[in-house]
Amino acid sequence: MAGPGSKQIALIKLSIFLLALVPFARMGWLTGTGQLVEPLEYITRGTGDWTLYFLCITLAVTPLRRLSGWSWLVKFRRMLGLFAFFYACLHFMTFFWFDHFFDFGEMWKDVLKRPFITVGFIAFVLLVPLAATSTQGMVRRLGGKRWQWLHRLIYLIAPLGILHFWWMKAGKHDFAKPILFGAVVALLLGMRVYWRMARAQAAARG
Amino acid sequence: MLIQRRPNGTDLPFPSEITPREVYEARRRFIARAAASAVAGSALWEMANREAFAQGDAPRLSAKPNPALSTTEQQTTFKDATHYNNFYEFGTDKSDPARNAQSLHTRPWTVTIDGEIKKPLTLDIDSLLKLAPLEERVYRLRCVEGWSMVIPWVGYSLSNLIRRVEPTGNARFVEFVTLADKSQMPGVRSPVLDWPYVEGLRMDEAMHPLTLLTLGMYGQVLPNQNGAPVRVAVPWKYGFKSAKSIVRIRFVKEQPRTSWNLSAPAEYGFYSNVNPDVDHPRWSQASERRIGEDGFFQRKRKTLMFNGYNEVASLYAGMDLKKFF
Repeated sequence: MAGPGSKQIALIKLSIFLLALVPFARMGWLTGTGQLVEPLEYITRGTGDWTLYFLCITLAVTPLRRLSGWSWLVKFRRMLGLFAFFYACLHFMTFFWFDHFFDFGEMWKDVLKRPFITVGFIAFVLLVPLAATSTQGMVRRLGGKRWQWLHRLIYLIAPLGILHFWWMKAGKHDFAKPILFGAVVALLLGMRVYWRMARAQAAARG
Repeated sequence: MLIQRRPNGTDLPFPSEITPREVYEARRRFIARAAASAVAGSALWEMANREAFAQGDAPRLSAKPNPALSTTEQQTTFKDATHYNNFYEFGTDKSDPARNAQSLHTRPWTVTIDGEIKKPLTLDIDSLLKLAPLEERVYRLRCVEGWSMVIPWVGYSLSNLIRRVEPTGNARFVEFVTLADKSQMPGVRSPVLDWPYVEGLRMDEAMHPLTLLTLGMYGQVLPNQNGAPVRVAVPWKYGFKSAKSIVRIRFVKEQPRTSWNLSAPAEYGFYSNVNPDVDHPRWSQASERRIGEDGFFQRKRKTLMFNGYNEVASLYAGMDLKKFF
């Protein structure tokens, strides 16, 4: 299948870009118009949720591409990944701003003291090099193989993000959403493991 | 009536007693203007607050203010106090209770009072309303999650009820049981807690004058999402200690097995006194955000020991509050 032309790709990209900003715009609108009793909590949760949604969507690109044969899907992967980073940054900012009012020392104490924050913080820090090396230029500079190795960090980041969410919800035994996220990520990573094993077996059989 | 005769022999006032025309006219203008602006001002004030304080047509409760036990801090708006609630029987989201609690039938409603008492009783809401004079008390409410409100409750000290049922020497704790009816409370279908919701107090805590058996707020009967028709308000403890929509009050010998404590003993102690020095495992309790006041541009405010109700400190003399958190 030839897939969409470059004009169509550009159009789809623009649509994804605008759609991906809708949750952000909605939080701004609800806050600005005073419709939320506690906007800070709403924004903290919303940005965390959307980070996980975009991590899942980004991780879904490769399996979808393989299952559908639409290789052009990969053209949207960078933008989706960067939106995961965008919402992760906002999420981190809400923590630094709303919880600690820019007091770095207090924030750091919190990061070290509370495992669920430690894990979330590690996941966020690990996202930074991926965002920083997301450009074509960086791919070239690093070389495809090394770049790919670096970007496999996402296989660690996504489970850490879910662990962060899981532990946050654990206190109230409210596991419905963490289980859902966990299942989606397990499926997306499991498919990769399965394909890799299948390939190794095929290679062994020669 | 004594009619004093004027020394000038007439009933006419002295010329010096007559208010000059321009003075009394100025006074009249002032009074008229003050009255007009008061009317206009209060109308504006009402309009501005109609949304925030809109209290629908719920029956009013007349109550005598109790300034000695009330804070003068700015009160949370009725709208915020009724649209940001933790009441898991109606859903785990804080906007769920306002949406779902309308299915709760608060009349008829009875509260069974039993256990280690000489006079077991079942009271309906009307009897509870008449059991003692209603007072209005403005209390701080500190949620274990790190936010707070200021709410004018209507009720009377729980001790009024406790004295009436005559606890025996075995009554060391009081247990409060919340209604758990799937047909009225959609959240009860979720396994998030072991239903019914149970809370409890030590006898001396329950007898403390601050512990309020609460039947209303903001001058009206309790809205469903705030624990209608009867709840307790224990202002020096985290909010979840104040059981809502109570159907049973039981006097017991052993410490009650309370819902959150059973669910996560490391996070929610039986006492759960507001204490800035004892962190929740997942966040600090040293500060709090006052709903409707503390926003984007200031630091959270400091949380006070016992939520500022230091008069209860003597109840815990000699206790290690880090251990009995």
